[in-house]
Amino acid sequence: MFGDYSLGDLGAIFAMQGFAGLILFSVYLLMALGLAIIFGQMGVINMAHGEFMILGAYVTWMTSNAFQHFVPPLFPGYFFVAMTLAFIASGSLGMLVEWALIRHLYRRPLDTLLATWGLSLILQQAYRSVFGAREVGVELPDWMMGSWQATDAIQIPINGMFVMGLTILITIAVFYILFLSRWGKQVRAVVQNRVMAGAVGINTEKIDRYTFGLGCGIAGIAGSAFTMIGSTGPTAGQLYIVDTFLVVVFGGAASLFGTIASAFTISQTQSTLEFFLSGSMAKVITLLAIVVILMMRPQGLFALKVRK
Amino acid sequence: MSHPRLTNAYLEPLDGVLMSDEIKPGLKSPFRRKLLQGMVALPAISLLPRGAFADVPATSAVNTTGLAVTDTEVTVGILHSVTGTMAISETGSVEAEKLAIEQINAEGGVLGRKIKFVQEDGASDWPTFAEKAKKLLVNDKCAAVMGCWTSASRKAVLPVFEQYNGMLYYPTFYEGLEQSKNVIYTGQEATQQIIAGLDWVNKTKGAKTFYLLGSDYIWPRTSNKIARKHIENHLQGCKVAGEEYFPLGSTQFNSVINKIKLTKPDVIYAIIVGGSNVAFYKQLKAAGIDLSKQTLLTISVTEDEIDGIGGENIAGAYACMKYFQSLDNPNNKTFVPAFKKMWGEKTVIGDVTQAAYLGPWLWKLTAEKAQSFDIDKIAAASPGVEFKGAPEGYVRIHENHHLWSKTRVGRAKADGQYELIYETADLVEPDPFPKGYQ
Repeated sequence: MFGDYSLGDLGAIFAMQGFAGLILFSVYLLMALGLAIIFGQMGVINMAHGEFMILGAYVTWMTSNAFQHFVPPLFPGYFFVAMTLAFIASGSLGMLVEWALIRHLYRRPLDTLLATWGLSLILQQAYRSVFGAREVGVELPDWMMGSWQATDAIQIPINGMFVMGLTILITIAVFYILFLSRWGKQVRAVVQNRVMAGAVGINTEKIDRYTFGLGCGIAGIAGSAFTMIGSTGPTAGQLYIVDTFLVVVFGGAASLFGTIASAFTISQTQSTLEFFLSGSMAKVITLLAIVVILMMRPQGLFALKVRK
Repeated sequence: MSHPRLTNAYLEPLDGVLMSDEIKPGLKSPFRRKLLQGMVALPAISLLPRGAFADVPATSAVNTTGLAVTDTEVTVGILHSVTGTMAISETGSVEAEKLAIEQINAEGGVLGRKIKFVQEDGASDWPTFAEKAKKLLVNDKCAAVMGCWTSASRKAVLPVFEQYNGMLYYPTFYEGLEQSKNVIYTGQEATQQIIAGLDWVNKTKGAKTFYLLGSDYIWPRTSNKIARKHIENHLQGCKVAGEEYFPLGSTQFNSVINKIKLTKPDVIYAIIVGGSNVAFYKQLKAAGIDLSKQTLLTISVTEDEIDGIGGENIAGAYACMKYFQSLDNPNNKTFVPAFKKMWGEKTVIGDVTQAAYLGPWLWKLTAEKAQSFDIDKIAAASPGVEFKGAPEGYVRIHENHHLWSKTRVGRAKADGQYELIYETADLVEPDPFPKGYQ
């Protein structure tokens, strides 16, 4: 298929394809970070993760409308406000859900699966009732549209780079919070041994609530960012949930490094295969490869060594 | 309704009876009251069918098979998803059908009877569609059902409609390869939508190479198959540069966009649906593909979808279908304001919404032609029924239960509307089983 093209053409395409892979990597990682905290650290199978993302998307949509309506001159910068609000909205809802639902189910992981799946249906219908069944279009400021002309032939999507930057920032923030802050130390202590953590004076209930809230809040930011590349509708969260679980499970549930490594592997495989095969076949082969690897290594790519 | 007025008319002589009754005090018994009631009722009953409904055929004449038809009402069903994934698309159809029913009732109904509708929710789930279809036919005895959107839901209800002999008006443009006595297809089948558009882009844009894209299910695959046959066999010197499918709900298109950049096709032919649409056009724009220079022809993006995609992301793309909200004809100029008045200023009307609007009207016209609600008579009378008030212009039902309709090409503008660029001179014949295209 490359016979007819000049070397320059091919170079440009491979550069752009490389970026396509990196953008996909950022998208997967951003989707999965929130879940990695909730599922990986707390062991809660949160099927409503996609709906928390879409809440962020709807908040972004409302913010964009509000800015257009009330303060049009500030519109170019609305996205940052929107992401903050999305974090707060999804995070608060997350804490509420933890208090009302999840905390009663910590010892019953499979029940959380059912409960959060029900929650996801409830949220979908709530979005449908409040915002309507149709998709909404989120308008972006001009500077976020279009592409950056790196050379004559190479164009890099600006929103893709934005997602990449955002993902890097959030990953760093999550690592700081979990591994360098005092609070993160408490979270890890609770994860490893809840009873002992309680015994040394850690308020485990509070830690649980904030951890869940943090995970959901990050999902909200992800949803907000994805308004740039995807659709915003009541059921759009369903589009992400499978890939999200895939990334987290493949990476090894309790390991954040695993999540990063797995997002990278899956996205690169997918985008390379998509280029040489067709979209559906790429997905099939990627999924098959993951199944085979998980059969040989059920704990995922990286696993914490814990005494059983 | 003329019924109450009639009853009042017969109350006046009744007053006279009562007055004369006061003069004869001898008849004060329960029997007398019963007798009086009987006297009141008698003339009313005997005169009802002749006096009030002089132009209305008797129920026994228009309904010989036990459908839900009374002297004043006829029941139809509406069967769409108002919950679940497909609610995004089907909401417009429900709105259009309700508008049509309201307008028909305002004009006096069908064969002198008002339309009453029973609405059921298919919930984006195909077995549910089949179950609800059975309920509408068996329990509610609907004379007609307006419903379904996806091919999957239509395929699920088809056996039900054939078994219980119902009548379905199906609004969506679809892949063809189907024909049933029990279905009227008010949207275009694939060849109507595809061939004229390809001919147009080949002739006016000089397009020679086509890149076919689609979501991975029956409609895009069948449509692209027809497109490929037409490009390779009927268009001089044209070829398909690539053909690709993506799982439903796929949100990442950067790789295929790079491939498109590499192959530089004259036309991107896109049949992507649902949420994927939004991702595809946003990413296309972000990747620097300028739709004012790169020709893109789609058959899956109506004004409804543009709402979610954002007009600025798709401006410049061409769509090939039979109806655009911006069509400039007298029918459409009354239809659009009526729709907005009923459902809000901000609602948009896409191709399928308009096709859904045709359903109740075509059924009314057919019933009036057949002078009956009986399913067999409706099915037999359908071919040749013409609807001159269609927002898309004029349509006529073909022997194969699809519609003769014009095919149009529109260009998307940043405000989310299409601007009409081209329309076929004549109505295009529906051909659900096209020879040489399978």
